[in-house]
Amino acid sequence: MIVNLVVLLACQLAGEIAARGLGLPVPGPVIGMALLFAALIARPRLAQRIAPTTSALLGNLSLLFVPAGVGVVGHLDTLGRDGVALMAALLLSTVAAILAGVYVFLLVARLIGTPE
Amino acid sequence: MTPADPAEIWTYLRQDPLLWLTATLVAYALGDLAFRRSGRKPLVNPVLVAVALLAVLLRVTGTPYERYFDGAQFVHFMLGPATVALAVPLYANLKLIRSTVWPMLAALAAGSVTALVTAVAIGAAFGLRGETLLSLAPKSVTAPVALGVSETIGGAPNLTAVLVIITGITGAIVATPLLNLFRIRDWRARGLAVGVAAHGIGTARAFQVNETAGAFAGIGMGLNALLTALIAPLLAPWLVALLTG
Repeated sequence: MIVNLVVLLACQLAGEIAARGLGLPVPGPVIGMALLFAALIARPRLAQRIAPTTSALLGNLSLLFVPAGVGVVGHLDTLGRDGVALMAALLLSTVAAILAGVYVFLLVARLIGTPE
Repeated sequence: MTPADPAEIWTYLRQDPLLWLTATLVAYALGDLAFRRSGRKPLVNPVLVAVALLAVLLRVTGTPYERYFDGAQFVHFMLGPATVALAVPLYANLKLIRSTVWPMLAALAAGSVTALVTAVAIGAAFGLRGETLLSLAPKSVTAPVALGVSETIGGAPNLTAVLVIITGITGAIVATPLLNLFRIRDWRARGLAVGVAAHGIGTARAFQVNETAGAFAGIGMGLNALLTALIAPLLAPWLVALLTG
């Protein structure tokens, strides 16, 4: 458990250092994810070792967004009189983006004959 | 030690991180319970329920957000390690991912550009202009990247932060009914599209529905952070000028 957390935190730390040091446009944790992915390919047995910790974290991923969500409630007035227009744009755009992604995925998968 | 009266206990508790950390976990547990009791109705989203409960609680007790966050930051902090942890389902689905590199990249490009262009175009059609419109452009991307992009292109990062969270919750709520309505059964396609359109909150929802969908959502989120950071500074100002000229 502790060793597993150290693995995750060390990857995140290395990611933060890389993001800042190299001025990359991607957040440290995302680079940390890439680093852990590389480590798993190099040492496949690591996956089994850290799986209990990562499953527990990812199984409750929604919880981790609650504090930021509460922060948003206090700033809902920044939407101001544009609130309706902004909500309409968010809703329609999110639906459009999901459908575009799904159908392009299925189309290309069919074109190149990728089995399900 | 003499027993303290309730007012004193409250004065102590409201200053202490323990209270708001506990409240965050309890609110989420209640949200999750409500979600299960409702027969897993997407609209009874556990994040949405928890946020609403806590917002009411903070209002009723007159607690400023900063004090709440003293306790809640321990939960918030785990977002970083959880993002790193996404590498494990990614690795577990490696074979599946290897065989779908091209569909994934094509869907990423389509979803990412659609999210940006439709948000700006619909906003413009509803009469939004300038800074507000630019703030909308990176709304589908994970918060730290979205804030950076918003600042770069001349949006308002504060407004973008709010829009990003609402987009995530919207995506988490609409994805399952929408994709069921269109009879999409491919978990790879479903997950990737939701991760691209609704970042981490969409990814969290995808993990609740299906492990493969969760893995693909994580990839979609990560790759879209990279792609939007690269294309938004080129595309968004041009698009806003074109539509509101």
